[in-house]
Amino acid sequence: MTTGTLIGQEVKRVEDQALITGRGQYVDDLRLPGLLHIAIVRSPYGHAKINNIDVSAAANAPGVVAVFTGADLSEQLGSLPAGWLLDEEATGMKAPEHPPLAIEKVRYVGDAVAAVVGSSPAAASDAVALVEVDYEPLDAVTDAEQATADGAPVVHDDAPGNLAFDWAVGAGDYDAAAAEADVVVSERIVNQRLIPNPMEARGIMADYNAGTEQLTIWTSTQIPHLVRLLFALVTGHPEHKVRVIAPDVGGGFGCKLYLYAEEVICGIIAKNLERPVKWIESRTENYVATTHGRDHIADAEICGTSDGIVTGLKVHVYANLGGYLSTFAPAIPTILFGLMLGGCYKFENLSCQVKGVFTNTTPVDAYRGAGRPEATYVVERMMERYAHEIGRDVLGVRRRNFVRPFKRGHDMPIGVTYDSGNYQGALAAALDKFDYQAFRQEQRDARREGRLLGVGFSTYIEICGMAPSAVAGALGAGAGLWESSTVRVHPTGTVTVFTGTSPHGQGHETTLAQITSSRLGVPMQNIEVVHGDTERHQFGTGTFGSRSLAVGGQALMMSLDKVIEKAKKIAAHEMGVDAKQVRFENGTFYVEDIQEREIPWGDVALGAYWAKNLPDGLEPGLEAVSFFDPQNFTWPFGTHIAVIEIDEVTGETKLNRYVAIDDVGNVINPMIVDGMVHGGIAQGVGQALQECAVYSDDGQLLTGSMMDYAVPTAEDFPTFETGRTVTPTTVNALGAKGAGETGTIAASPAVVNAAVDALKHLGVKHLNMPLSPERMWRTIQDAKEERRARRSAAARRGN
Amino acid sequence: MTTGVTDPFAYHAPATVREASQALSRYRGDAKLLAGGHSLIPMMKLRIASPQAIVDLRNIDDLKGISETDDGGLMIGSMTTYHELITSDLVNSKAQAISEAAAQVADTQVRNWGTIGGSLAHADPAGDLPAVAVALDFQIHASSARSDRTISCDRFFRGYLETALRANEVLTGVSCAASGDGSGSAYVKLANKASHYAIVGVAAAISIDAGGMCTAARIGITGAGPHAVRSRRAERILVGKELTSNVIARAAQRGGAELAGLFNDDVHASAEYREAMTKVYTERAIALAMERASG
Ligand SMILES: Cc1cc2nc3c(=O)[nH]c(=O)nc-3n(C[C@H](O)[C@H](O)[C@H](O)COP(=O)(O)OP(=O)(O)OC[C@H]3O[C@@H](n4cnc5c(N)ncnc54)[C@H](O)[C@@H]3O)c2cc1C
Repeated sequence: MTTGTLIGQEVKRVEDQALITGRGQYVDDLRLPGLLHIAIVRSPYGHAKINNIDVSAAANAPGVVAVFTGADLSEQLGSLPAGWLLDEEATGMKAPEHPPLAIEKVRYVGDAVAAVVGSSPAAASDAVALVEVDYEPLDAVTDAEQATADGAPVVHDDAPGNLAFDWAVGAGDYDAAAAEADVVVSERIVNQRLIPNPMEARGIMADYNAGTEQLTIWTSTQIPHLVRLLFALVTGHPEHKVRVIAPDVGGGFGCKLYLYAEEVICGIIAKNLERPVKWIESRTENYVATTHGRDHIADAEICGTSDGIVTGLKVHVYANLGGYLSTFAPAIPTILFGLMLGGCYKFENLSCQVKGVFTNTTPVDAYRGAGRPEATYVVERMMERYAHEIGRDVLGVRRRNFVRPFKRGHDMPIGVTYDSGNYQGALAAALDKFDYQAFRQEQRDARREGRLLGVGFSTYIEICGMAPSAVAGALGAGAGLWESSTVRVHPTGTVTVFTGTSPHGQGHETTLAQITSSRLGVPMQNIEVVHGDTERHQFGTGTFGSRSLAVGGQALMMSLDKVIEKAKKIAAHEMGVDAKQVRFENGTFYVEDIQEREIPWGDVALGAYWAKNLPDGLEPGLEAVSFFDPQNFTWPFGTHIAVIEIDEVTGETKLNRYVAIDDVGNVINPMIVDGMVHGGIAQGVGQALQECAVYSDDGQLLTGSMMDYAVPTAEDFPTFETGRTVTPTTVNALGAKGAGETGTIAASPAVVNAAVDALKHLGVKHLNMPLSPERMWRTIQDAKEERRARRSAAARRGN
Repeated sequence: MTTGVTDPFAYHAPATVREASQALSRYRGDAKLLAGGHSLIPMMKLRIASPQAIVDLRNIDDLKGISETDDGGLMIGSMTTYHELITSDLVNSKAQAISEAAAQVADTQVRNWGTIGGSLAHADPAGDLPAVAVALDFQIHASSARSDRTISCDRFFRGYLETALRANEVLTGVSCAASGDGSGSAYVKLANKASHYAIVGVAAAISIDAGGMCTAARIGITGAGPHAVRSRRAERILVGKELTSNVIARAAQRGGAELAGLFNDDVHASAEYREAMTKVYTERAIALAMERASG
């Protein structure tokens, strides 16, 4: 095996054997002697005052060990913190108290009210119904715009008008641009609320050792290190006596990226009872108690010349944040949204205002893409809306407005610097797979046969590699966004890699081992990647925002470099040459031109620990620790193309073709990247065609199960036609940008653009998601009705 | 907010229909028969249903199997799963709409467990097989410890989750005539993307004579209203006529007329849309059945 050979190879995922043969260890697979089970009493009301909680019947029920209310635990549990606070002066940022168990008021259906501890899951569950909560229902509000209206029910007394913040960002002078523009087009664009639906719902087990005061928490999370930090802050239990372990985690998509109420509740109850406890979230609970995503109402306006040069974009958003601020909630609709509104286009005038609004709904936070899908949807939808308005081709308009290709940084008017880009290149590669002219012909032919076909594009750009810490900190982040690694070489030469990232399906065990194997010449089976345990690895950040390779991978590269450097010193000393003369390749240290001087990796590893012949002053051992904090984010981009067909009679809409060209920089494992892209497209198309969380006015989630919330399945999709262009980033030495979210970011505008394209001849200009059969049917009916009315009016005039 | 754990219950798995019926009587209406469990168990987990006892039908051999009756028709045991219906040559050749509907139920897991008896007895307003039962004129066989009887499908579906079955009766099976030369059946549906239950599902059974005249037509509609209904008003337009596209379209306009004012209205579809789609799918079901009848 030569150095570098595994980079770019489709190595099979090393983690899959265990997972697909049922040998994975998820939280619910873990058992401890004397384990107790927790069930949570949750609010059935969207908004209500709690007058009284009577737990006596529940406490006396068979098998019940204890019942805790918010009041019982209030001395031990502080408020759940928002980990990202916007500038208070500029935005009026409000972060109301968030008690882990509601005390005076419940603010959404599913808000936790009490915890029942039983000897079995059944005993705890049975007693939930026996906890008598005297609720006084209050008027509720679930829509973000309505929540800001005068007289709307107030979710938090200390957030008047239900405003959490009013954030603005801009560039140039939009109003002036609009005043001068030939064309100004506006549209209300709704990005509906979604429910993340990881395969594994959440789950927590906690164990307290009263002798050592050590508290261990197993939790299905993307951020074990941050959970430990935040847990210590909320409970006052010393951080060094808390160990958080993320065992196998069955997906997250952003919804396991926070400190949740149940984590502190379980931890403190384990401590109070000195017994291990477990809480496993049911799917029904998951729908209301785990964060949701999106939920924007955007009023967008685009302006430009009549021949296709866009000059500005204005976007005003009501962002629904739900009943409380979840850990990263304020960042999602602001930084990750507003800073992306320039897209990959040259226009210089941008005005963005975002009102973050409390409502009586489940808290909203990151969901795969987190802010960027919302931004991309607005930008790509408005680009096509504008092109249609001026009667120009959607691709021609895009090409005219693309930023020119660049390799080393491009400053955007909004104040961010894109790392590298070639938007024309990605579009060209996509058109290699998709014959646009032929499609237009097919579309015309189909229309004559009464079939409605449409094509939609999304020439997206996104922001990945969540970091740099200083920038994030200045924008409100309450934690650093660097990543850490440790490379520990064992005396026999096998290697353990520790990473602060926390994979939950992304395949880091494989990707990071590939990098390590390629650098050290150690075979894959001699490398173990360890993650998700605060006691095995030093502080790290976690896995989200497609950062694990771009930031964590680079942290690994740095540790590998350090290990190699030290190993060279040891080898040089052994060979009696200067370390500068030593080469390292394919796991062998050698000196050029001196054939017989060659030392294999294993001997150096052993030598490092045996330490009988180390250079003067060199410490024994072979291990390195690194922290990488990049200077910039990374900016993947690409072109996605969707072709859809609409049944004119029923409105049923089907995805016929999907072409995706992504540029995620250098790729370590193409198979894993393809997998990420496929999954993301499925979720993005799911949003466009069928997913939607619906609340009743009084705050009941009407789509509270998989029977009513339409998660897409394989049968909903054609074979995706994927490909890549490669424009490496300069932000890290791997040249990797991040590939976890491209699909969700690019797909929804591509699909909706396609639907509008299919109905354009009927006068349809915009459609809201999801493109449900009924919505499409109504749109077609209304458009035809309007056309008939126009024609008969014209006929009357003619008479 | 439920935690996915059912209330406590006793469990019985008798070997005969008689014992099952006796168990139902013993619990005085507070026991539930268990077939595939794919309607009952979700309700129990949500604690919408909390029976004192479950009487599992799995050990009763009399409820299993598909056979041909003396007059060439079909006899299907109530515990026959969707999967068995889909893969049965007998069903495919004699009553295509049954396997066609079964194939459109939910997903593989549900089809491996769910049963024809459970589907009919549960009478979900959006269940697929009830529409087929109506169109294919199912005779539904029910037994208690004391007596056996046969209920015509026309009198079986009574209301929302309500059938003509008595509290101590077990649905033992269904029978229907085979479709011979000149007859055909079909089931088409607009599925709710989440559960795949029918927003609207329409089954049609059509017979035509050598001259191309429609001699018999039955249309069953599900999903649209509180329970599966027969659309006699649509049928009437078909019988005695040559089924030109014009005639079919006219009949389709009457599809579901019986449900006026009763169309379901929920997050998946409005009443207005359901009404419009009932007509569209009635047309499609008739056309497909007709094609098969003439093929
Ligand atoms: C995710 C999901 C999706 C689904 N999608 C669809 C769909 O697209 N289309 C569709 O039609 N259905 C759908 N279903 C329902 C499914 O078809 C059920 O299996 C069916 O409705 C009930 O059959 P069962 O054998 O599972 O009955 P069970 O759940 O065991 O029983 C249902 C009811 O019928 C009673 N019962 C059962 N057998 C008898 C009997 N022999 N005599 C008297 N009473 C009896 C039971 O006591 C119970 O009250 C779905 C279910 C799920 C979980």
